[in-house]
Amino acid sequence: MKKSVILGALTVAGMAAGTAGAATLDDVKARGVLNCGVTTGVPGFAEPDADGVWQGFDVAVCRAVAAAVLNDPTAVEFVPTTGKTRFTALAAGEIDMLARNTTWTFSRDVDLKFEFTGVNYYDGQGFMVPADLGVASAADLDGATVCIQTGTTTELNLADFFRANGISYEPVPIETGSEAVQLFLAGSCDVYTTDRSALAAQRANFPTPDDYVVLPEVVSKEPLGPLVRHGDHEWGDVVRWTLNALITAEELGVTSANIEELSGGTNNPEINRLLGSEGTLGEMLGLDAEWAKRAIMAGGNYGEVFDGNIGEATNIGLARGLNAQWTDGGLLYSPPFR
Amino acid sequence: MSDNTNNDVSYVRTEFLEPSEPPMAVGGPVKWIKDNLFSSWFNSILTVIALYFIIRIAVGVYPWFANSVWGTDGLAACREILDGATGACFSILQERWNQMLFGFYPSEEYWRPIVGLILLAVAAAPVLFWTLPRQLLYFTGIYPFLAYWLVYGGSIWFPILLLVALCLSYLAYARFVKSSFVGAIAVFIIAFSVLMLNPLGGLLSLVSFVATQLSQLLGGGDVTVDLIIGDRRLSDLMPLFGYLQGWLDGSFLGLALPEVTTRDVGGFMLNMILGTICVSLSIPLGIVLALGRQSNLPVIKGFCVIFIEFIRGVPLITLLFVANVMLAYFFPAESNPDLILRVIIMITMFSAAYIAEVIRGGLAALPRGQYEAGDSLGLDYPQSMRLIILPQALKISIPGIVNVAVGLFKDTTLVSVISMFDLVGIIRGPILGSTQWTGIYWEVFGFAALLFFVVCYGISQYSQWLERQLATDHR
Repeated sequence: MKKSVILGALTVAGMAAGTAGAATLDDVKARGVLNCGVTTGVPGFAEPDADGVWQGFDVAVCRAVAAAVLNDPTAVEFVPTTGKTRFTALAAGEIDMLARNTTWTFSRDVDLKFEFTGVNYYDGQGFMVPADLGVASAADLDGATVCIQTGTTTELNLADFFRANGISYEPVPIETGSEAVQLFLAGSCDVYTTDRSALAAQRANFPTPDDYVVLPEVVSKEPLGPLVRHGDHEWGDVVRWTLNALITAEELGVTSANIEELSGGTNNPEINRLLGSEGTLGEMLGLDAEWAKRAIMAGGNYGEVFDGNIGEATNIGLARGLNAQWTDGGLLYSPPFR
Repeated sequence: MSDNTNNDVSYVRTEFLEPSEPPMAVGGPVKWIKDNLFSSWFNSILTVIALYFIIRIAVGVYPWFANSVWGTDGLAACREILDGATGACFSILQERWNQMLFGFYPSEEYWRPIVGLILLAVAAAPVLFWTLPRQLLYFTGIYPFLAYWLVYGGSIWFPILLLVALCLSYLAYARFVKSSFVGAIAVFIIAFSVLMLNPLGGLLSLVSFVATQLSQLLGGGDVTVDLIIGDRRLSDLMPLFGYLQGWLDGSFLGLALPEVTTRDVGGFMLNMILGTICVSLSIPLGIVLALGRQSNLPVIKGFCVIFIEFIRGVPLITLLFVANVMLAYFFPAESNPDLILRVIIMITMFSAAYIAEVIRGGLAALPRGQYEAGDSLGLDYPQSMRLIILPQALKISIPGIVNVAVGLFKDTTLVSVISMFDLVGIIRGPILGSTQWTGIYWEVFGFAALLFFVVCYGISQYSQWLERQLATDHR
């Protein structure tokens, strides 16, 4: 709609656009750079190396989206955010998407007006204690002092867990994970609680890892995933299906090694649709036919990204567990590319 | 020994004996120790206790330094080499020193901030040491523009045209200041904003914003209001110097350094940038606020009092959160000023309020006769302030100003909580959060403490020297 009113020599033009920020995809294309919110540093998930190049499991999602949309996995401006600044940065439009170990919860989705575009890591909150504390179960932790990161869902889960079990605790609130570990190692708190992936990563770097045990209880569901602003469904679809493309690629056996060969055309129609040699899926997203191929080539399929950043061969040493494909007994289940 | 062979006189000594050392008990280190460390039983106990702690610390820390490991590529490798012994893993400094000093600044461009730092010493010298030739002050005036260009890159014509615009606006101000001071300030602002900013565009987008809010209230969409003459939109008519810069960049005079985004400027360099800019901006602002607070005009006085008391009543960290989070809501995403600019404004306002109070203390310490002396000489307000009051008041205020400056410099590390990668931010984020180095702590924070100590101790020594130089009273 465009209205023009002639006022003498001057013209007043009023244009009606859609709602604010509705065209993130166009903005990103025009800018040529994807602004992606990440953590300030979590081992394996997002960490800049000695040259300042961001690496990690969450970072790989940003790179895949940039590859799909902009044809360049390095066209990403990584915006480091803390637990407190991440949501305002996204809501205010400073970043286009947030890939930062963020738990998908009801209130964040509905009340804070964000749209989670899937889950890239299924986590759960656990407890770590020194082995000589002699505690076998989290239910024995009555009266314990607990080191915990502020502004996270773990803080709330902790309160819920102790209330549900009718036992008391004394929280020691801490800003970052590395500080919490220092305090825990120095004996300032009996228990350190956070997501089990982070517990494993940090325990692997303790001077004496065997002196500490991770208790068997998983006290919460922590589906971690990328998110975008509410209301911009085209952009949400791009991020959602980029993540799904990585997951589907692993399921279908498409890897960064064989993708060139497979993209020439195979006798599996779903691979062909995924890689763009058949169908018009890319066009429906507002991208070209090879978007998913580029996303997969950015860092490999989901399994390759996992193994390269946080898998058992790395320092972090996480097992696939819940994050295996549904065919292997995990929870990864991408809707079909059709 | 004398070689005098004349033996017919009784023995006469022709040379002085070397004075002998005093006995051990009344001179030398023994006496010093006795006088200073064991002069009474109470002091002796304190000495013994202090010695105990010093030795304990030295014994504890020594192996940490002696066993230190260099050249590994991760904490795990360090632990392997140490094999359970206590020892520092200084490999981290070796691998990440560049990030701690420069953040993510591109490594092939490191010469630029280094040159900037060296030139900072040249530019600051005539301000700090007034025996140096006054002509150097011209360089001090140019330095901020030069340093901006060196650190952030881009076209050289932007800082040059900014300087030219400021000079032209000042000339316009000087033309009108005789008739009306306020009018001249207005002329200055108008001239500068027409040359370098886009006042019309700002006005139009404000109108558009209001219209959009109204139309959304009525259920409509966004409205953009613009004035169009021919095929030109008035909203992008200005800044006038934009055309000049475009022409200069396109011509053979175009000279540009690779641009560095502000997010990549980090590490100790960011602390230095924030500290230098904010201190040098907040001193003049603080003087204006202090004078304003003493003004007889109720509006000016009221504004200054409210500003100072509000800023002093709010923690710096709150202001930084406002800069990072709240301002992002007020401005549309694309016209939002850069984060570092918002942070500089906030820190400057914060320290200006403190410096204003320090200077007010200096003003209050002057006897009333000094003000009256200025009036009796027929000096007007600016003259009496500039020639009589401020030189004395500022001299009294120096220790307080330096105190604020040192505190401010250390406070710049607070920007790490709004996820800027200054020295502390880069340690807490990328370094402690990396797979190889997570769990390292003392080495990196010790390095940070050393850097800050060197700078703060230097500032403090300078201020003591300055006070001795300015001690014109008769003691």
